[in-house]
This record gives sequence, structure tokens and C-alpha cells, in this order.
Amino acid sequence: MTTTIEPPELIEPEQPGGPAGHGPDSHGHESEHAEHGPSGLLKWLTSTDHKVIGKSYMITSLVTFFISGAMALVIRAQLSNPTSSLVNFQTYNELFTMHGSLMLYLFAGPFAFGGLANYIVPLQVGAPDMAYPRLNALSYWLYLGGTSMMTLGFVVAGGAASFGWVAYAPLSNSINSPGAGTDMWLMSLGLTGFSAIFTGVNLVATIFYLRAPGMTMFRVPIFSWNMLVTGLLILIAFPVLFGAVVMLFCDRHFGTHIYSVQGGGVPVLWQHLFWFFGHPEVYILALPYFGIVTDIIPVFSRKPLFGYRGMVFATLSIAALSTGVWAHHMFTTGVVLLPFFSLLSYLIAVPTGIKFFNWIGTMWGGQLSFQTPMLFSIGFLFAFLMGGVTGVLLASPPVDFMTHDTYFVVAHFHQVLIGTTVFAGFAGFYFWYPKMFGRMLSERLGKIHFWLLFIGFWVTFLPQYVVGLKGMPRRVADYLTSNGWTGLNQLSTVGAMIIGFSFLFFLVNLVTSWRKPVPAGDNPWDGGALEWFTSSPPPHHNFTHLPPIRSERPVWDYNHPEHRKDEGHGEKRHREHEEKVGANS
Amino acid sequence: MRINGLILSVIGIFFGIIAIFYWFTAYEEAGFLMLLGSAVLGLLPGGYYLWWSSRMRPLEGDLPEATMAEGAGVIDAFPGSSIWPFLLGMAALFAALTFIFGLWLAPIAAALGLSAVVGGVMESRRGGTV
Repeated sequence: MTTTIEPPELIEPEQPGGPAGHGPDSHGHESEHAEHGPSGLLKWLTSTDHKVIGKSYMITSLVTFFISGAMALVIRAQLSNPTSSLVNFQTYNELFTMHGSLMLYLFAGPFAFGGLANYIVPLQVGAPDMAYPRLNALSYWLYLGGTSMMTLGFVVAGGAASFGWVAYAPLSNSINSPGAGTDMWLMSLGLTGFSAIFTGVNLVATIFYLRAPGMTMFRVPIFSWNMLVTGLLILIAFPVLFGAVVMLFCDRHFGTHIYSVQGGGVPVLWQHLFWFFGHPEVYILALPYFGIVTDIIPVFSRKPLFGYRGMVFATLSIAALSTGVWAHHMFTTGVVLLPFFSLLSYLIAVPTGIKFFNWIGTMWGGQLSFQTPMLFSIGFLFAFLMGGVTGVLLASPPVDFMTHDTYFVVAHFHQVLIGTTVFAGFAGFYFWYPKMFGRMLSERLGKIHFWLLFIGFWVTFLPQYVVGLKGMPRRVADYLTSNGWTGLNQLSTVGAMIIGFSFLFFLVNLVTSWRKPVPAGDNPWDGGALEWFTSSPPPHHNFTHLPPIRSERPVWDYNHPEHRKDEGHGEKRHREHEEKVGANS
Repeated sequence: MRINGLILSVIGIFFGIIAIFYWFTAYEEAGFLMLLGSAVLGLLPGGYYLWWSSRMRPLEGDLPEATMAEGAGVIDAFPGSSIWPFLLGMAALFAALTFIFGLWLAPIAAALGLSAVVGGVMESRRGGTV
């Protein structure tokens, strides 16, 4: 069935009575009636609606997150005592490999660009759907297939992949890592890689071509801007990964010698290819979450974003620089140009710093309200700052030579990635959940979730920095009492358990909101972007009408005509405008 | 569209500069080629958008003063629901499994893939304006 879409009609804010059904508490769930097509399981299998696909992505990636988080708890339990025998060494290798792989490839990225972005970007730019709805559905099915395949590696003979999430050659060749689990891991990356590429294409095309009238590029909300840049980074990075994986598969099964010295190949080529994907991947994981926080902070500060254009250019420069820093993961191989990669890595701190100051500038002097999404966003600021600063340390080759492959690095990237994907990711989830499901989550449970997570986070990872500096290498399944690492490891394990415990409150929160729904209304947070103009959840093609789009906060302009700026945006023009108003009065 | 072209071109030029600089300092082929590829990836669509942006009818989304009425008309045809992406995804899954567990899975992959491609194309034809 194919539907032809015409753009929604214009509603002027001055119109008496306003649009039917618009307002903070009107029409909760009636939009469900507008949906057509099959229902139930068949609806899930056949839907090309970006909202259904986005929700499927989110549920799948959250399930992956919980499976992978449970593996992390087993890993921490194993490390809580020296010479522990909770799991054997092979199982331990499989656990940390699958923990990293599931989290990085199959939770962090897909949750953002498959789940939240899929749902929110068309709404934010005023589009009826993604540009290629059927391609979007294909992305999800490839992702689901890939995720199932990687996870099912545990049940085949020989077990799951066990060479770390980076699969360095020659450890990943057919002699050192035989068995179907490794092949399933590789093929899973192939499938999910294509899934990501298709989503990237979709995001770029949607934001380029399906913006509503008046939604110029510099009025697109920062979350969608970041998703555009993420889409471009995906198009740069994932094809390289796919190529690398195919070559590794050929090495394993078809007798080529691309990564093996015996046949004239170069093992370190894998590292070059992998990290040329891998470092942009870090920003593919981080940029969407920066975008989430950038959308949340102005709403809960009740101010426009400070430095809109600065944010856009910072995002673009982070993306551009991130592609030139891959070999800072390879400093200790001795075959890379240290000054080049060190300098470019340091440079990334500049646009990231601009973002930080803009976030603080947005909060500065605002009417802050610390609801759950805002708490998580502020948690992100602290967590990411610590992770980012230790990242600047690691960009220095002398420091990296000392700390490479120790727990210092483990603590660094966990602080970066939990800061972004968990703190900012759940900030976005709490922020947009009312829009997606038309019901609120409990503030009390959300805040308990935040504080337990925040405390557990620091208790887990601060000791890991210290134990890393004391020399504990990563990926070891046991250590000696005489190493003196026991106390710090136990502290870290306690922290991990607190993190695990905090998610119980999240699950209880979800269950409560389903059993005793509290209607959310269209715009529970008084947000300013277009997604808050339509009903919660939105009707089949998102909008029945749209406000005039004259700034990056069209819904704020519509709901607060007293603050409306008729043209332009950004603090400079706003100031000029106010000066003019002041001079006239 | 001009701004989009500019963004892509500037990214492409940046990668080009980095690629040249990298080649003459590191003398390492893999990274140089990947950077060069990224430069082309930015410059190809970026150059096209820049060339085309002055010739095309401007998108309503690019006009700061556009009203919804100006955007009236058909945006595009959006399929309401379709089973073919699911079948194509499963075909890809079975094709991947074929590489691991043997050729006996290939017919399933081929059957699924073929039906999905035919079904998807026919669906587009029936839809008319896709």
C-alpha cells in the first residue's frame, strides 16, 4: 500500500482558537486511529513507519544492552578476587569480547542512529517519514539478524568470538581463533555494517531533502544536525570496516594472506583499517549523544541554545578531525607517525571544549529545573569531562606508551562511552519517552535511577584509573595477591553492582508507566523543536499541521508569542534585536 | 542546497589536505588511500550539489520565509507497509550463514532474496509514483 503525502497545512499562531486539539493536555492517544495497515505481529514485520522501526531498534538495542551489561557484571565478579575461578579463561575471553562487541556495535550506535534518530529526526525537521522507508525497514532487519547471529555465537561449538572487540590479526586468523563463533562475529559485523550504512544514507537524505518549508539548514535542531554529521561519518567509516572484515574472512577460509606474514601480508594493516573505522566510530557513538544533550539543556534552562552556529561548526570539525586520528590507537606498534596523530588528537579537544562552554553558557543565568532528563544530561557533562580529559592525556605518546593496554585506558573509554551512551542516551530516553508513548515516566524512580547510576559510575571507574597506573593490564582473567590490586578491584566491582542495581529502577519505571499510565500531553517539557508540536504519540505521517518555522525553536515561538523573534537566530542577532527594541522604547 | 554542497566540499577539501600532508610525512599507503577516498566521498556529492544548487528550483526547506502553502503538492510516495524489506533482510542473514555453515543454506537465501527483489519492484510499480 502506498500513500501519497501532501505537506500539512499552515496554522498561524494568531488564528483565534488555534489549531484543533493543540495544547499541552489535549488528544492523548487518538492518533492511534490514524494508523492503517496490518496490526499485531504482521504490523511489526511489515511496518515502514519510522516510528515503529525506531521503537523496534530501541527495544532490540536495550535488550542487547542488558545482556551485555550482565556480562560486565560477571567480568567484574571474576575480577573481585585474585585467582578467582568463577569462569574459566576461555569463557572470560568470550565474555569481554562479546561485552565490548555488543555494547559498541550493537547497542551504542543503533540505539542512537537507529532508535532515537529514526524516531526523532523526521519529527524535528517536519518530515512525514524517513526519505527511504523501505530501506529503513531493511536496516532494522539486517540489524536484528546481525545481533542475533553475534549473540548466538555462544551456542556453537568452540564458543563465541574471543579475541577482543578489535579482532587484531593474527589473533583472529583461522589458526588462533578457529570455530564458527568467530565467523558469526565477522558476518554479523557485515550485516550490521550495511544496516548502519543504509541508516546513514536515510538520515542524510531526510535532512537534506525532507525539511519542512522554512526549516533552513541553520534552523534544524542540533540533534538532527549531529545525526546528519553522524550519517556522513557512517558513510566514511563503515565501508572500510566491511572491506576489512571481508578480507579477514578471505584470510580465514579462502587461502588469501592479506593479514598474515607467511604469504607476504601485513598484520598491522588490519589495525590501520580497523581503526580508520574505529575512531570515527567513537564519534558515531558520541555525536548523537552530544546532540541529545544539546537539545535537552536549553529546554530545562528555559533559554535558547547559546552558540547555535558554534555547535554546528564544532560538530563538523570534530567529525572531520576524527577521521585523521585513527593511529593514536596504534602508538605502541612503532610503525605510525607519532607527531601527526598526536597533534590531530589534541586538536579534537578544541571543538569539544567549544561544545562544553556552549552547554555551560546555555545553562548560565537560565531558570534551571532538574528533572530526570536534565539530571542525566548534567551527569553526562561530568562523566564525559573526566573521560575526555584522560583522553587528552592518552593523546600524548609518552603517556600512552606507559598506559597502553592497562586499566587506565579501560577506565578512560568507559567514562567516555558510559558518559555518552548511558547518561546522555537515557537522558534522551527519559526526554522523548512521553513523545513516543504518550505517557510519562515517574520522576521519583528516574531520579533514584540517576543517582544510583551516577554514584556507581564513579565508584566503578575511578579505582580503575589507579589500578591501571599501578600496572594492571586489561583483558586479564586473574592476578596475584602480591600485585596489590585486590582492594581497588573490589571497590570497582561494588560500583558495577550499584550500576546494575540502578537499572532495576529503570525497569520498574517502565513497568509502572505501562500499568498506570500518566498521560503526557503534546509538550510536557515545554520544548521548542517541532516534535513537540504534534500529538504524543504522533499520527501515522507525523503532522496534521505545522507552525510557521522562523527560528530553530518554532514551537517555542508559537507557544510563547511574547518572546517571538521574527527572523534570525543565535545570540548575536537576538542581542541586536533586543538593543533595537530597547532603543525604540 | 548550496550550504549542503559547501559543507560536503569543505569536508572533502579538508580530507584532501590531510591526505597529502599524511602521504608526505608518513609514507604509508593504507591510511593515505583511505583519506583520499574520504576526500572523494566529500567532493563528489559536494561538487554536484554546488553545481546543481544554482540551477535547481530552490527547496521550500531552504527558503527562510517559505510558508506551508508554498510547499503544497505531493512530497513523495511513502509506502504504508511492506513485507519485502523483512524478506530481503532474512535473505541477507541466510546468505551470511551460507558462508559459515555451508552451501546447503544457499537455496533458502536465493529464494528469499529473489522473492523480495521481485516483490519490492512490483510493489513500487503498483504504487505508481515511487
